[in-house]
Amino acid sequence: MKLTKDNLHDFIRGAAILGTGGGGDPYVGRLMLEQELRKGADIEILDPDNISDDVFAINVFSMGAPTVFVEKIPNGAATVISVRKVEQVLGRKFNAIMPVEAGGVNATLPLIVGALTGLPVIDADGMGRAFPELQMVTYNVYGVDICPLVTTDDYGNSVTYETDTAQRAEWLARGVCVRMGGISQAAGYPMTGRQIKDTAVRHTLTLSVEIGQAVREAREQHRDPVDSLIDYFCTARHPRHAATLFDGKVVDVLRETKQGFTVGRVMLDGIEGSTGKHCEVTFRNEFLIAKTDGRVVATVPDLICCLDRETAESITTESLKYGNRVKIIGIAAAPVMRTPEALAVFGPRAFMMENDFTPLEELG
Amino acid sequence: MRVGVDVGGTNTDAVLMEGDAVLASFKAPTTADVESGIVGAIRAVMADADVVAESIESVMIGTTQFTNAFVEGRRLVEVAVIRAALPATASVQPLLDFPERLANAVGNHPYLVPGGYEFDGREISPLGEKEVLAAARDIKRKGLNSVAISCVFSPINDAMEKRIAEILRNEINDVELTLSTDIGRVGLIERENATIMNASLVELSKMVVGSFRTALKNLNITAPFFVSQNDGTLMSADYVERYPVLTFASGPTNSMRGAARLSGQDNAVVVDIGGTTTDVGVLVHGFPRESAVSVDIGGVRTNFRMPDILSIGLGGGSYVRDGERLTVGPDSVGFELTEKALVFGGDILTTTDIAVAAGAVDIGDKSRVKNINAALVKNSLAEIHRLIENAIDRVKTSVEDSPVVLVGGGSVLVTQKLRGASEVNIPDKSAVANAIGAGMAQVGGEIDRIFSYETEGRDAAMAWAKEEAIQRAVAAGAVADSVQILEVEELPLTYMPAGAVRLRVKAVGDLAMRKGGDG
Repeated sequence: MKLTKDNLHDFIRGAAILGTGGGGDPYVGRLMLEQELRKGADIEILDPDNISDDVFAINVFSMGAPTVFVEKIPNGAATVISVRKVEQVLGRKFNAIMPVEAGGVNATLPLIVGALTGLPVIDADGMGRAFPELQMVTYNVYGVDICPLVTTDDYGNSVTYETDTAQRAEWLARGVCVRMGGISQAAGYPMTGRQIKDTAVRHTLTLSVEIGQAVREAREQHRDPVDSLIDYFCTARHPRHAATLFDGKVVDVLRETKQGFTVGRVMLDGIEGSTGKHCEVTFRNEFLIAKTDGRVVATVPDLICCLDRETAESITTESLKYGNRVKIIGIAAAPVMRTPEALAVFGPRAFMMENDFTPLEELG
Repeated sequence: MRVGVDVGGTNTDAVLMEGDAVLASFKAPTTADVESGIVGAIRAVMADADVVAESIESVMIGTTQFTNAFVEGRRLVEVAVIRAALPATASVQPLLDFPERLANAVGNHPYLVPGGYEFDGREISPLGEKEVLAAARDIKRKGLNSVAISCVFSPINDAMEKRIAEILRNEINDVELTLSTDIGRVGLIERENATIMNASLVELSKMVVGSFRTALKNLNITAPFFVSQNDGTLMSADYVERYPVLTFASGPTNSMRGAARLSGQDNAVVVDIGGTTTDVGVLVHGFPRESAVSVDIGGVRTNFRMPDILSIGLGGGSYVRDGERLTVGPDSVGFELTEKALVFGGDILTTTDIAVAAGAVDIGDKSRVKNINAALVKNSLAEIHRLIENAIDRVKTSVEDSPVVLVGGGSVLVTQKLRGASEVNIPDKSAVANAIGAGMAQVGGEIDRIFSYETEGRDAAMAWAKEEAIQRAVAAGAVADSVQILEVEELPLTYMPAGAVRLRVKAVGDLAMRKGGDG
């Protein structure tokens, strides 16, 4: 597959949905990609099923505050510097680029780096969604070292991190990010083809394009785009359980900013099929746990998405407000994200929730 | 006494007001030259109330001309864009997301130069004065006369944008300059887009403001005149000449504010039912609640102060279909209502026919709807009310019932109590609500910046922001004593250390009235 002008909008729409309420607005990412595509960039996407073990890929991403992103736009050239620094430290060249995050603005950056370096981009990531911190990645769960991690600012100044854990790298890089002007361009988690096959969530880039496409086609053909999205997951290449958990309107949003995270709850009253019921979804940048009439119906890392009930456009935790008519949908996370080791890193308890993870399909 | 004028695509309306009282109103078709339509409408209200030109203290004009010109890509000038930002932001060039037609209309003349600020006010780079000078010479060589200037985080510090303006003025005679700090909020691309839009309208704005001046001169009115902005406040004639883009969407804002004033409500949901759509918005302290999301104008993304208006496909001309499931709208016979509706001899069942059959209104030939069965009438009315009630509920900010102000020709469709409404007001004269809204005579000032509460302290930052907003309102022409803080919005930044907060404060006051002068 290739990313082109024709499927760019589908990809962005899909990446916003996989953002599960967070991940940042991919609008700026779309503009960056558009600029590269207009210059004639040819971005090759590699299927992880078909790569050889000696592929050597580097994960790239932006760190920082979405409010800064919209003003001081992420710089693809700075990311390339980070990639080259990691190569210097390791004394080995990369032959592929990879996203760490499939949802939100970070889904777009690796493609821009692919365009700038001419390297192919692996169709896989370490979350299959969006998460707020660098250690919340399948690679980390299964023993891939985040280091050497390099972050670079717009001037080309970079910092290399050699740390004992991914958490520590996250902690240090986050602090440096503030000094770098609230945004930095990072490269980390160098991986071999073998490690990608063993630890990554596969085909998430194609997934974004295809769910974006499913939603667009449903709108064009006047079918229900949310239903079409659910159908898509059930019949996809890697079928996953997916269901509409609630159909309702937002009656209250409690939101505060704690230690740099948007933390809160959204309350919904049911309409149509959910009439008479109530739903509450807890979030910390992304949606974490959905409850209907007090009963848990979905838990992180399964994907909980809040979509406009007419258009299936993704609604972020920052923009939710009273009166939004939404459908809350649940999508089973990939099996690689539901193991005990994975749940220890990004299950409900990793977010200080009092519930344990229960698979979506068992809660139905 | 004041005159409020609304220049719409179809009609030019005028009202003569004293305080809250409407002394006279007049509706006339908009003329091709605009000027004679305004003269005719103002002359009519002055004659009606028997008022001489000398007693007019001010004139307020609302106009959709600039919005229409931009959306249609007509009468725009080519624009040079200078962005102070390097080494940052090179990954998204100016004008990237303009639809091709508009991109061609404004040309492709971007210049990126070193400069810009960090979120905390540090410089990204010192301003590249040499590069600005080189750009200025190139712009001069190309014969471009209008320049849009943007800079990363200029809402925090406008010094670089001002310095660029200075260099350009020294280099090019009579150059028109638009600074992004004067136009928009945090969000570089959206703010820059709006700045480019403004720069593309400068020639048209000179012409339009000139025609307003001539119109008033022909009427012997020497009072200053003002033009409505998109948030409902006014700007002076000189200001609109430089910032025509700030008039975008002032039409719906004026309509809502005018309707609310007519009904004596400052906090209400306004439901405007037209022929094809129903527009629903919320007034808070007399001003429309602003949209939180980005607004596209002619396909270009901006972050204007736009009223948050929900449009649904329900109007006086909406189709009523009695199929397996009864549906109302979203399609409409629109302006062909008087040919296609049953009561007008047509063969399409519309909401107007239902209202006539229900006895809510007597228009057309009601004998043509007497055979519609009672259940269909009842169910259609139920569906119409459900659609309106849903829309009201969507725009409300809390579960409590709210007063509702109902305007527009389609308001005859409302025959029953509306769920969610504590009361329903249907004001008289709502046909000229836009002109009344324009005539409401308030001016505002706004600040939108990122503060560090850690270093500045919350109280000090808040006090400074409020004072700055008040000063801006006074500078825009408000009576100092009347200025009040209308809105305070605090948004802590995510993924940042505690204490970095985006603070937006808006102040509004009454326009200082004076006789004479030329604005």
